[in-house]
Amino acid sequence: MTSPIRNKEGHVIFTREMRDTHTILVPMMLPIHFTFIQKLLTSAGYHVEILQNHSHEVIEKGLKYVHNDTCYPALVVIGQMIDALDSGKYDLSKTALIMSQTGGGCRASNYIHLLRKALEKAGYGDLPVISANLSGLEANPGFQITLPLIRKMIAALIYGDMIMLLANQTRPYEIAQGATERVIENLIERLCSQFEKGRGISSREMRQNLEQIASEFEAVPVHLVPRVRVGVVGEIFVKYSALANNGLEEFLAGQGCEVMVPGVLGFMLYSVDARLEDYKLYGGNRFHYTAASMLMDFFLGMEKTMLDVLKQHPRFVAPSPFHELKEMVSGVIGLGNKMGEGWLLTAEMIELIRHGYGNIVCAQPFGCLPNHICGKGMIHRLRTLYPESNIVAIDYDASATRVNQENRIKLMLAVAREELEKQQSKGTVKEATVAV
Amino acid sequence: MLRIGIDIGSTTIKYVVLGEDGAILSQSYERHFSQIVQKTSELLSHIQEQYPEYETAQVSISGSAGMGMAESCGIPFVQEVFATRIALTNRMPDVDVAIELGGEDAKILFLTNGLEVRMNGSCAGGTGAFIDQMATLLCCSPDEMNEAASHATRLYTIASRCGVFAKSDIQPLLNQGAQHSDLAASIFAAVVNQTIAGLAQGRPIKGKVAYLGGPLTFLSELRRSFDHALELTGICPEDSLYYVALGAALSCDASCERNFGQMLDQLSSFSQQGNYNSIAPLFRSEEEYQEFAARHACHTVERADPEEYRGDAFIGVDSGSTTLKIAVIDEQGRILADTYRSNQGNPVSVAKGFLQNFLERYPSINIAGCTATGYGEDLIRSAFSLDYGIVETVAHLKAAQHFLPDVEFIIDIGGQDIKCFKIKNGVIDSIFLNEACSSGCGSFLQTFANALGYSSEDFARLGLFADRPVDLGSRCTVFMNSSVKQAQKDGATIENISAGLSISVVKNALYKVIRASSPEELGKRIVVQGGTFLNDAVLRAFEQELGIQVVRPAIAGLMGAYGAALYALEHRKEKSSLLSAEEFQTFSHTVRDINCGLCQNNCRLTVNTFSGGRKLISGNRCERPITHKIDHGTLNLYDYKLRLLQGYPPFSGPRGRIGIPMGLNFYELLPFWYAFFTSLGFSVVTSPTSNRGLYLRGQNTIPSDTVCFPAKLMHGHVQTLIDQGVDYIFYPCMSYNLDDGISVNHYNCPVVAYYPEVIGANMPDLKKVTFINDYVGIHNPRFFAKKSFEMLSRHIPNLTRSEVERATRDAYTELEAYHRRVQTRGDEIIRQARQEGRQIVVLAGRPYHIDPEINHGIDKLIAGFGAAIISEDVVSSRVKEPVHVRVLNQWTYHARLYAAARYIKDQPDMHLVQLVSFGCGIDAITTDEVRSLLEEEGRLYTQIKIDEITNLGAVKIRLRSLFAAVEQQRQKEASR
Repeated sequence: MTSPIRNKEGHVIFTREMRDTHTILVPMMLPIHFTFIQKLLTSAGYHVEILQNHSHEVIEKGLKYVHNDTCYPALVVIGQMIDALDSGKYDLSKTALIMSQTGGGCRASNYIHLLRKALEKAGYGDLPVISANLSGLEANPGFQITLPLIRKMIAALIYGDMIMLLANQTRPYEIAQGATERVIENLIERLCSQFEKGRGISSREMRQNLEQIASEFEAVPVHLVPRVRVGVVGEIFVKYSALANNGLEEFLAGQGCEVMVPGVLGFMLYSVDARLEDYKLYGGNRFHYTAASMLMDFFLGMEKTMLDVLKQHPRFVAPSPFHELKEMVSGVIGLGNKMGEGWLLTAEMIELIRHGYGNIVCAQPFGCLPNHICGKGMIHRLRTLYPESNIVAIDYDASATRVNQENRIKLMLAVAREELEKQQSKGTVKEATVAV
Repeated sequence: MLRIGIDIGSTTIKYVVLGEDGAILSQSYERHFSQIVQKTSELLSHIQEQYPEYETAQVSISGSAGMGMAESCGIPFVQEVFATRIALTNRMPDVDVAIELGGEDAKILFLTNGLEVRMNGSCAGGTGAFIDQMATLLCCSPDEMNEAASHATRLYTIASRCGVFAKSDIQPLLNQGAQHSDLAASIFAAVVNQTIAGLAQGRPIKGKVAYLGGPLTFLSELRRSFDHALELTGICPEDSLYYVALGAALSCDASCERNFGQMLDQLSSFSQQGNYNSIAPLFRSEEEYQEFAARHACHTVERADPEEYRGDAFIGVDSGSTTLKIAVIDEQGRILADTYRSNQGNPVSVAKGFLQNFLERYPSINIAGCTATGYGEDLIRSAFSLDYGIVETVAHLKAAQHFLPDVEFIIDIGGQDIKCFKIKNGVIDSIFLNEACSSGCGSFLQTFANALGYSSEDFARLGLFADRPVDLGSRCTVFMNSSVKQAQKDGATIENISAGLSISVVKNALYKVIRASSPEELGKRIVVQGGTFLNDAVLRAFEQELGIQVVRPAIAGLMGAYGAALYALEHRKEKSSLLSAEEFQTFSHTVRDINCGLCQNNCRLTVNTFSGGRKLISGNRCERPITHKIDHGTLNLYDYKLRLLQGYPPFSGPRGRIGIPMGLNFYELLPFWYAFFTSLGFSVVTSPTSNRGLYLRGQNTIPSDTVCFPAKLMHGHVQTLIDQGVDYIFYPCMSYNLDDGISVNHYNCPVVAYYPEVIGANMPDLKKVTFINDYVGIHNPRFFAKKSFEMLSRHIPNLTRSEVERATRDAYTELEAYHRRVQTRGDEIIRQARQEGRQIVVLAGRPYHIDPEINHGIDKLIAGFGAAIISEDVVSSRVKEPVHVRVLNQWTYHARLYAAARYIKDQPDMHLVQLVSFGCGIDAITTDEVRSLLEEEGRLYTQIKIDEITNLGAVKIRLRSLFAAVEQQRQKEASR
């Protein structure tokens, strides 16, 4: 094998030619969202594979190749990639990897470097690693984040968010078991086939599709028994990845809860908005400000499309628009708090409380720095403002045991159940059957 | 209908049977030794026998260890804290707060004025298991410890965060001869501290308080300690052990009815499950083991008979933290006599016994050299007048080279520490020592063995032929406890747990301490030693994990002493200065505790006086109590910086008193804000220099127990300022730090950047002052005046733009002047050190590491070795562009570390020692990178992890190893 082309930092470059020859491995975070991303990247000309390996070996390899005090998501993601490379499934001369780089003061911006170090240690130092970022941190000639590509990504995320949101509100109440799952599978299949044909991205198509999604979930016959409603917030990877959070959502569902997990779009909006807030707080480059504003407007337009559709379906609890989230944290935490999930995490907790999901699991990697502030650091204040809130912070880590985590969650649920019974006896919560 | 509640905790199982009328018919409390399923079956059968008239009963299970079993067997489960609440409501409806300590959990329930129930997080061990561990350390039972505590006269500060930390605080105190009674009381105080700090999180504990659970029921002194800290008298109700079980029983309703026979059937089928992650067995067959044993049996040392030997002999004494090792060798390195025994908390008397006996029995052997090494080196050396003292890393290297002259890597796992070093050209090239937090060492295995009712040897042997060792990960003891708990729940056998623990010790050493991922990184020729490697399971696991064969000397536990003896042989004298047999007979030893009082540190000194007037003072951080010379900190930039910052005088201005909490980034930016606010006409009040008392003042408002200690200290600073009655407290959020121009961005870490938010949200007393914690950036002078004017105008009346502009100019001028002063002084120190031929230590960390409560006087310790101390910014400023690193170089403080590491590459007399605060996530990235920057250039890297902890013993070993390695390398160079 010829030695790969490197840039001046010594990173292996993902060249234009590789775009045709290489398969890009993507670590798993959210199954529905990532399926769409894969399809859309394929339609943009890339060969992409979302990693499905999730055996215990993944964590073992992470422990072996990543500094053990590094945050858990890095350990899981890197472990998953190395485990995949070790499997022998991939032609190493035609394989590339991709890693997100959020570009803030949090350690997450360094994951890609930790991945490269780990690859070197494991003997895969010649594989190109692509940085997926919107901050211009690293560029690769073969993988350029163009506006059309951003558009596709956001579309994928919005479809994913929409399905996740509505499925979570339907599944716990479905009368025929598996009905919600069938709707999801069906939708994924149809949307993917649209993407393959290069469709499903325009505003008009998106509006139609989102409308279709809402109607189909609404059509699932449900029996609205009172259930404990639990919100899940936290560090983005641990919050979403079942591998990292020991199957948190499944566990909660098994405990008879309805689970609300805020979507990914909010995080995207927050990331772009951080540029604007930065400018307001510290001054800076006017041109960058304008560019970020335009991107923001574009994202907000997409958000509006989704919220407009949801307005037509009042049975579902819709997310608060981004500008309302910002208002919610006024007097609680500053909008300048932009590392990791920053103020958004606090805002999501408030949103959940106000929307009736005051029982909250705040999930973070053990020792997560931003979460000391915007997660655990804010619980006291939120309890003062919203005495009905019932928040438990859970740390995830390679050796934190499931039994400890579940025990603490169960404590939160016991309190929640008691509260629910109280409300039921007061008659504030009622049962209903909705069949269409 | 009977109602049965069963509470299965981490160490005990309890049950309560309620009769038809709700009265308790029977109850029991016993240890389950991890035989959870079996014990539960026994209990149920027992209950059934007691009440044969019942076929069925309402049953619920509670307790963390019972969760999985309950689910699999279809028995209702009640979360234990919730069960406690049910019982409390039933039995003691007027209680306001209940504190419950269990085997491994701590809980607080606030019952009135808004129900809140809290449990300790995953990183907290100050509970029953912790108390058991501490009792083991004091060689007594928990009851005896309780008794001892009642006679205490003083309290020591013991880290309260987790068992491992506390242990490393207590061990040196024990070795110094502290009273058991005082230690016992200090341990209880630590548990109290931990419970209040970790769980109350700012919510006051007052009103009627109930104490529940085993430790609080059995240990009256622990209750007293709580009473004292809470300033009230709590009640320990009757049946306080059974509240969880009682709550579980009370929670039963018709849906909980189960048939006894069916339950027993389900339990027996559950016990056959074995659903856990397992790893390959250590040995597949007896033959495999025999072959392995034979291979290792050949690395022995020859022995000679002291009865027949006539000639010179050499003694090495290795006084470790828990054990004492002595080797006596002849001129050919053959062992004449040796011992390996517990130091029983008094190494002097144990060593005396052996040495005196040897001298008396073999009067015709001439002792021609004695060397002491290990934790107790100084003590042993001055007690018996030994010739030499060497740092233990050097002793171990000597011994290892005897077995394998071209050894490339040595790994030593002892009772308390893991020491590893790489050898290049016969010289120590890099050193790895375990951090205080990951003591997965010998004592760790021992504690587990004892907890499960075995001796550590028997326990380890159980694991050799385990078929499916449990995968327990590679973390510290606290995590391990819960992993073991989980494994037991999943039905793992003792054999498989034993093997799993041995493997985890190895993984901990390899992946956490050494950070190796392949054998190539260690080299091919490896010697393993230390008492823990005498355990075949650990040795096998090590070879298996790396896939190579290593050398384990038969005297693995004795290597330090043997190496020390070899050192004496190399430096042989006519006659050793060791006490003679006669002098041993009149040997005396007294210990006295005094407070130094020579400076504000007021160290607690232990003065050992020996016959012949020899004296040893320990516990000191500087040389002053010994030499009686004042250390002016002449070549210590840490000291200079601290005094510079303390030298900003209180300034009185008309606008009111503005308080600045002296922590985190203010350690660099005080000059800026001081000038800024004095220029605006404020009286600037800084909080006092940190100390323990100040920390405790803010401790109960810390929301996250895993955040770094420097951040936690901030609570104390802010509280002190509030108590001083200032009008404003200024503590701004700062995403960005100063831009030194040596990194691609100039962020603060998330904690430094946003800690003001945590302070604002968690310190209720702030409502007494105006708290200004807005977002500010001083990296951009052009915008600063404008933005800070906008910000301050929100809080401060009558402020004009022009005033702020003037203050801005003053602020930047003062900051620059401060930087210049530091720089100039740093340059002077370097120059002077070079003139005097001193080594220069770049003590690299963050600006706030100059806080003596954070660095624990490590700078003074280094000064004690005769080295000059500068900080990282002095040399990083000599680097003009970003250093090429393999990570994203985007934090200002951390960029300085990389630059400093790069700068010293061609400064042979400069050595980088990195201070790392425990819990610093960013340093998980920087430490690897700084190490590799240095090692690429063949330089030594030394890392010191610091926390609340105050044990400097381990730090000393590190520093001495560094200086010894530097000296060795220098000699090597010179001899070329």
